Amino acid sequence: MIAKMLFVVAAMTAVTFFTRAAPFLFFARKKPPAVFDYLQRYIPPAIMVILVLGSFKDIDFAASPHGLPAIAGALVTAGLHFWRRNVLVSITGGTALYMLLIRIL
Amino acid sequence: MSSFRPTDRPRPDDNARGLFQGRLSGHPIAAAFAASVPVLLGYTTIGFAFGLVLVGAGLPWWLSPVSALFVYAGAAQFMSVGLISGGAGVFEIALLTLVMNARHAVYGLSMLDRFSRSGKLKPYLVFGLTDETYGLLTTVKPPESCDESRFYFWLTALDQSYWVIGCAAGALFGAALPFDTKGLDFALTALFVVLLVEQTKVVSRFEPYAIAATASAVAFVLAGPRNFLLVAISIAIGGLILFRGRMERVTPPGPPPHAPEAAGGPLQAQHADGGPLDATTSRTQPPKSSAAAEVPPAAPTGGLR
Repeated sequence: MIAKMLFVVAAMTAVTFFTRAAPFLFFARKKPPAVFDYLQRYIPPAIMVILVLGSFKDIDFAASPHGLPAIAGALVTAGLHFWRRNVLVSITGGTALYMLLIRIL
Repeated sequence: MSSFRPTDRPRPDDNARGLFQGRLSGHPIAAAFAASVPVLLGYTTIGFAFGLVLVGAGLPWWLSPVSALFVYAGAAQFMSVGLISGGAGVFEIALLTLVMNARHAVYGLSMLDRFSRSGKLKPYLVFGLTDETYGLLTTVKPPESCDESRFYFWLTALDQSYWVIGCAAGALFGAALPFDTKGLDFALTALFVVLLVEQTKVVSRFEPYAIAATASAVAFVLAGPRNFLLVAISIAIGGLILFRGRMERVTPPGPPPHAPEAAGGPLQAQHADGGPLDATTSRTQPPKSSAAAEVPPAAPTGGLR
């Protein structure tokens, strides 16, 4: 088990470093094609939408409490962040609400 | 993670003078420390949460600082906890890490020039290019008095040290005082929500959000929960390429709704204009002609990711 965990860490280290080094490896000498410039602008917002929606993919909305804790937690996080724009306040507030709701609902 | 406000960044020179009257003043580490304070607060807190989640999932505490030291990618680390304790394979975890961190590749594009003069410090600068460090490197100017590369190096190294300390402390705390961490992993969802809100302040066109939401729905129906991320991201990239013509069409003239500089302050957030998610709102405004206004991509967001 320990060997596997270390193997996972090694693989994640290599992959993460690769993603950060890729532009330096491939585009240090030649300019990246124009489509890269376009994609680098619009992929981040698209990925964030997918990651947020993906967080809900394992919830059983048919069964009580119908995903309410997660929906409320996400909405409160977003609301707090639009309001205060303080990362810690937003994450702590939303997570605390979620943890409370899964215990009382 | 708390460095999301490019406009109220500390001015390294001034702050450093106040904090380090003694021998350290003038050393790049002093200026770098002053600039890194927002990340200090964010990384120690979120690292602490990561440590708690990791121990709460039944994994050994040392895995937390080891991950922080080597992997050094917050969102991927959070994701890996669930996958490891759920018995996922190494290949699957590596693939999801690749997908999740692919956005980091775009950061490097805007650092090509800046890092080209960094010599043997460059590999570490590239290794440490998290969302928050990228945000700092692109917004904070190195003080005149010190070497640019050494300033970047200390900024990157201090940021990582905060992350390692946070991750270690959280795991040790969780291991020493076991408490009910059920639901604490929602912090990751909350982090994504925060990053999405930040994105809406950088990219105000609705199309990328609509494309991604559609891609998610299609992926869920086609692939189910198991391969959701990979399929959804692939479809979304395909969709973005498909709509490139429309997205890059010349837009009506007029000032952009808010320049990137102005998108920063906390006050701005209170008057948020509904954001790009609200298609009708963003249509009534002069759509910002993509290019200049929306680069750099995720400026200070994205991070840990």
